Amino acid sequence: MNNMYTFDTSTLWAALPEIFLLSAIVVVLLLDLFLTKPFKQVTYYLTQLSLLITAILAFNLIGEPKTIIFSGSFVLDNMASIFKVFMAGSTMVALVYTRHYLTEHKLFRGEYFVLVLLSMLGMMVMVSGYSLLTLYLGLEILSLSLYTLIAIARERAGAIEAALKYFVLGAIASGLLLYGMSMIYGISGSINITDIATFADNSTLASREMLILNFGLVFLVIGIAFKLGAVPFHMWVPDVYQGAPTSVTMFLSTVPKIAAVAMLVRILVDGMGAMHDYWSDLFMVMALLSIALGSVVALMQTNIKRMLAYSTISHIGFILLGFVTGVVEGYGAAVFYVLVYILMSMAAFGMIILLNKQGFEADKISDFKGLSKHSPWFALMMLAIMLSMAGVPPFIGFYAKLFILQQVISAGFITIAVIAVVFAVISSYYYLQVVKSMYFEDSDNEITITAPMDMKLILSINAVLILVVGLFPDFWMKLSISIF
Amino acid sequence: MDNSLLSLLIWLPIFAGIFVIFIGNERANTARWISVATSILVFIISLSLYTEFDSNTHLMQFEEKTSWISQFNIYYHLGVDGISMPLIILTTFSTILVIIAGWEVIQTRPAHYMAAFLIMEGLIIGVFSSLDAILFYAFWEASLIPMLLIIGVWGGDNRVYAAIKFFLYTFLGSVFMLVSLIYMYNKGGSFSILAMHDLSLTATEQAWIFWAFFMAFAVKVPMFPVHTWLPDAHVQAPTGGSVILAAIMLKMGGYGFFRFSLPITPDASYEFSEVVIILSLIAIVYIGFVALVQRDMKKLIAYSSISHMGFVTLGVFALFLAYKPGAAEAALLGLEGAMVQMISHGFISAAMFLVVGVLYDRLHSREISTYGGVINSMPKFTGFAVLFAMANAGLPGTSGFVGEFMVILGAVQANIWYGVLAGSTLIVGAAYTLWMVKRVFWGAITNPDVETLSDINAREFSILAVLAIAVLAMGLYPQPVIDVMHVTIEHLLNQALTSKL
Repeated sequence: MNNMYTFDTSTLWAALPEIFLLSAIVVVLLLDLFLTKPFKQVTYYLTQLSLLITAILAFNLIGEPKTIIFSGSFVLDNMASIFKVFMAGSTMVALVYTRHYLTEHKLFRGEYFVLVLLSMLGMMVMVSGYSLLTLYLGLEILSLSLYTLIAIARERAGAIEAALKYFVLGAIASGLLLYGMSMIYGISGSINITDIATFADNSTLASREMLILNFGLVFLVIGIAFKLGAVPFHMWVPDVYQGAPTSVTMFLSTVPKIAAVAMLVRILVDGMGAMHDYWSDLFMVMALLSIALGSVVALMQTNIKRMLAYSTISHIGFILLGFVTGVVEGYGAAVFYVLVYILMSMAAFGMIILLNKQGFEADKISDFKGLSKHSPWFALMMLAIMLSMAGVPPFIGFYAKLFILQQVISAGFITIAVIAVVFAVISSYYYLQVVKSMYFEDSDNEITITAPMDMKLILSINAVLILVVGLFPDFWMKLSISIF
Repeated sequence: MDNSLLSLLIWLPIFAGIFVIFIGNERANTARWISVATSILVFIISLSLYTEFDSNTHLMQFEEKTSWISQFNIYYHLGVDGISMPLIILTTFSTILVIIAGWEVIQTRPAHYMAAFLIMEGLIIGVFSSLDAILFYAFWEASLIPMLLIIGVWGGDNRVYAAIKFFLYTFLGSVFMLVSLIYMYNKGGSFSILAMHDLSLTATEQAWIFWAFFMAFAVKVPMFPVHTWLPDAHVQAPTGGSVILAAIMLKMGGYGFFRFSLPITPDASYEFSEVVIILSLIAIVYIGFVALVQRDMKKLIAYSSISHMGFVTLGVFALFLAYKPGAAEAALLGLEGAMVQMISHGFISAAMFLVVGVLYDRLHSREISTYGGVINSMPKFTGFAVLFAMANAGLPGTSGFVGEFMVILGAVQANIWYGVLAGSTLIVGAAYTLWMVKRVFWGAITNPDVETLSDINAREFSILAVLAIAVLAMGLYPQPVIDVMHVTIEHLLNQALTSKL
């Protein structure tokens, strides 16, 4: 074990994507200072290029054997690499949509892109973190960037309110997480996930040690649930989603969920796997509450961002159900669900951004009225997105739910599965409200789409994927299981 | 894959539908011609299912099997037997009618209208030919989407309510089916429907699975008391939507009982058969009386649909009581009667809704009181309408008689009172249908608008004529249809009577 605690430069390759991204951030930040107004787009392209290279670097590391470096606090395994590729890819897509939003709302600034890159770095650290400290570090890099991103629309009172709310509640969550970490450290004597796993997987633990371990565990679970937005720690989600500029909402509702799930896997599955019985009960309660509340409260929303916030909460409930099962396939189902959720959520927010024009936020469900007449193609795409979220086949959202339900039933929780599907039916009502607006109603205002070609193209691909991956989900299901 | 006939039948209309969407509403005529050509082509192809069908075996024919989602052992597995084959031909047949019927009538977004029906045709054929439960479920749910849009976009004044009610009702019913399918997968390791037929299940498991299936299929049929979405959906849907809904989508529920409930949960089906029979009888008798008091023609036909579909479920579940060891004829008669009734109802309800559609296109009213004395201005049309009304009332010589008679024969063997109650439909059914005919077509003209009605044009004439031929052919010589399904039904009877305990 001793060689784990040495620093060896020859192992740095394992962190190559992170190292590259950090350097790229510095370059983009400095370069942006010297760019005059007509050349501001360079920042955008440079950002995309950095993300692309990061993705390629991470992709090349797929298949490497599990490597733990930096004194046991940083891990490279397939899960880390695959997640990094997905995060970089979805961030690139998000930035395509973002550019249109920023241009229309006169928010186009170099810092925006630097902050996105920084939060990306934070997420990568979270995904690869293998000690409590690294994980926490990654989480804070991510969170601080997100707080600032929300506040970037500084003239909007709603955005400032959202940023503050997110900051205060996020700080409490971080505090709880740290508190739990300190307890775990106190009793196990280590912050490394491997050591904690060895400690927890010991049947001869004294009841006093078990008690403290359990206390620490509860705080960790609360901290993670906070970041995921699971009920009863969901209060920030609707307000932040609604208040933040839509491009930021899109970003924070999608990519960071991968990182949060990765942190969950590192701490609870890798570190506390032996205590699954203890945390799975907590997860079960949170999952059911999330599904129920997310499905029911969303029914009354007229703001589509707020509706999607509650819909996210209910999706998170399904993801948590995957972890309740305690088997590799169940975790795989959860990861598959996360990836599917990101695909759908990205497209849904992309559609909202698509309808944005010059200082006009298309964030009401009624803003979609008559879309099928003015733009049948994008109405069809939105139909696919909404029905996919509702879990109607042949769209991908159905297979995500199928995978979770199969695992839940296989674990013997048939009642839970029945409750979950009943709420899924209830939730389909609000997705149908959007369909209703687009297809069954007509608006007096002409809907004009001012988005550039690249955004339309990427958004179309994104939405078509919801159907295509739905027809051929096998590869992605296998991939999701293979990372465990 | 040496035989991809079924895949062709599923995907040809779907891709043609997508193509028609891209043609767009601006080039409506091109879209119409392509749609009608596709639907006729699909119908012709589907006829080869009949001509090449081997009616001496209960085994699946035209099978196709390719791995689809290997993670769950899910296959793209298609095949038909004597139960599903006639329903597929019914589907391809009805689609031609609705596409021609919507030719001039649909002026808003005509291309999308045609595309929706083509895509739905492919999906419904998928439902009838899937032999993998998840594939079946995917088609089953997906077919809701075009129907939702058809009702919601081209429907009447209260269409939004009707469309969403339709979707939520059927969606809620089917998720329980999904849970039980997954349960059986976890138990048997396969989503194959045929493997589920052989899966041994305890009495408790069967009971739960039976009711889960029942929720899905009873809503679709629809059975009393979960029928309330149907009148709303029918009244609000455009004529074509009503036709497909009544002629085909309701049959998906009946098909579910044949394909899933009886073979997978035989013991539970036996145990709960009386409950289902009583619900069916309520549908036949009570809903018949409800139909009597309707003022809206479409609503009247919708309720009459529920009442007629009651015969399907009655025929299916009466078999357990009608069966006497050594004398399977009565039980067989009930089952075959249920199948014949499904097909016959497909023709008659389609015809009845088209008849109402013809009137609605002219005066934009579905109220019975608007009309009166239509025969004076539309003699040809009235001839057809009265024929279909007679068929709806179960007149011997029309298809409506055959199925109901067979089911009643089976029901009498089960319990004389079932037969008596079911037989009462011949009176009630005749009452509501003929009374409507009297008020709409006969008598003196009371509304001056009726005087100005023009008789049916060649397009409408040909649609109604084709249906009239179908109704009479089924009524006078149903033997070919019965021959096709006979061996399959016998096999099904065996499955239903073989205990899994």
